[in-house]
Amino acid sequence: MLEDRIDLAWVVDRITQGVVFVGGVSAILFVIAIFVFIAQQGLGFAIFELDKGVFFTSPAWRPTSEPEPQFGALALMAGTASVTGFAMLVSVPFSLGAAIYIGEFATGRTREFLKVLVELLAAIPSVVWGFIGLTIMNPLIIEVFDVPVGLTILNAGVILGLMAAPIMTTIAEDALKAVPEGYREAAEAMGATRWQVIRQVVLPSAKNGLVAAVLLGVGRGFGETMAVLMASGHAINLPTSPFDSVRALTATIAAELGETARGSEHYKVLFSLGILLFIVTFVINLLADVLVRGRKGKRA
Amino acid sequence: MAATTATEKLKVRDLTIRYGDTVALNGASFEVYENEIFGVIGPANSGKTSFLRAINRMDEMTSNMHVSGEVLFNGKDVSHWRNLYALRSRIGVVFPLPVGLPMSIYENVAFAPKLRGVRGAELDEIVERCLTRAALWDEVKDRLKSLGSLLSGGQQQRLTIARALSQEPELLLLDEFSIAVDPVTTMRIEDVLKELKEEMTIILVTNLVQQARRLADRTAFFLNGEVVEVGDTAELFTRNAQDQRTTDYVEGRFG
Repeated sequence: MLEDRIDLAWVVDRITQGVVFVGGVSAILFVIAIFVFIAQQGLGFAIFELDKGVFFTSPAWRPTSEPEPQFGALALMAGTASVTGFAMLVSVPFSLGAAIYIGEFATGRTREFLKVLVELLAAIPSVVWGFIGLTIMNPLIIEVFDVPVGLTILNAGVILGLMAAPIMTTIAEDALKAVPEGYREAAEAMGATRWQVIRQVVLPSAKNGLVAAVLLGVGRGFGETMAVLMASGHAINLPTSPFDSVRALTATIAAELGETARGSEHYKVLFSLGILLFIVTFVINLLADVLVRGRKGKRA
Repeated sequence: MAATTATEKLKVRDLTIRYGDTVALNGASFEVYENEIFGVIGPANSGKTSFLRAINRMDEMTSNMHVSGEVLFNGKDVSHWRNLYALRSRIGVVFPLPVGLPMSIYENVAFAPKLRGVRGAELDEIVERCLTRAALWDEVKDRLKSLGSLLSGGQQQRLTIARALSQEPELLLLDEFSIAVDPVTTMRIEDVLKELKEEMTIILVTNLVQQARRLADRTAFFLNGEVVEVGDTAELFTRNAQDQRTTDYVEGRFG
């Protein structure tokens, strides 16, 4: 019989448990703290003082105008929505195509190389993307489409699409990889071509994961700030074509928050924008999460 | 069956299969005749499954699997088929673990006929016929629209057999089909196979020696990548085997 004694292994075990516990809990605490902070700064204002009718329907965003500032966020919402929408138009086909190629066709070195490349793409800082939008896309759009300004929905949409592509490709490829190899073998053994197998067996069974991938891409687009700020033209505008400049919700907060007095109306309305963003991205991510879990749950 | 007068459905000549540097099957040569059940027995890692995969060129899905030698299907080397998919559609495969495709029971069985363009009432008829032949129709006829993967293991394996039959194959490959199936279902499937050999050639890979004895007309004994012996099942199982290792294996002294 071993003596009942507190030894080193026991102590290390206890300490490790403690550290891991703090790590796990702190992640949740931070999220809650951020939420509390934003709510504290802007929620009271958003609920009791802000004119929601104006906020959601007026395109007039004149937060510093005297004597009567106007807080209509419609143009900003339209800006974010149009840029994100355009980005998805660019990103979804490319990302899903890339995921299908990497997951189903590429083998060995090619596959590893492409995966590394896609992950590398995700590591490019957003300000670099914004820089590309400003210095490369801008003159290119002016030249090709013969328009006066190149900092537009088109520009920001393409940039944002490229930025969202890595996460969408990675998640979509994971979803394809989760489809049991037996499905492919069984279908191919019956004489189905590769494309028939992918279209009739692999894609349907990876459907939830693929939708989640697209949603995460949308969430990425919604939350992106710097690149959109630099590439979209930052002009308050209800867009009617891809060649219009717009301003995004995120970019508005980034550009204006530093110039407001803490506690002022302008300051608080920016936090209201933040709450709106928070809710939208939260819902999108939650939806994606539920879909991914649903997929895993079904298999278990 | 008198082996000398029967038609050769499959002829294997000097078939060697490698995975990288590992040899899974070494210089196998034998024939499989039309309308017989050809048993393949042998312990694990003796090359049985590799042999099946070489027949319908599933090796092309496995990155380091290399096949040399000849597999003549109806007299033509399978590697000479330009349309791989046409070749595979004539060969039904039943895998060790049942794989219900992630679609309804109906769609599972309709998958292969749809690939060749069958639609409508004819499709319904094929689905019913194949499920009936696989002894599953009565159990599933009221829930054809529910997911195939929700069936029990034994039912799923009969579903995969129905699916293989829906290809109207000339050759049916079964790879240890009873591994995840209860004894009662196994017996039912065995009865189905006895009927099916009137219409097609069946290669039955099994790790159950007695299953080969019950079903196979002729049997091959694979051991560590070598085909030790091929002969009438009755011969192999009655101490008339030419190789002592065969007798030892079928009598359960190893494996």
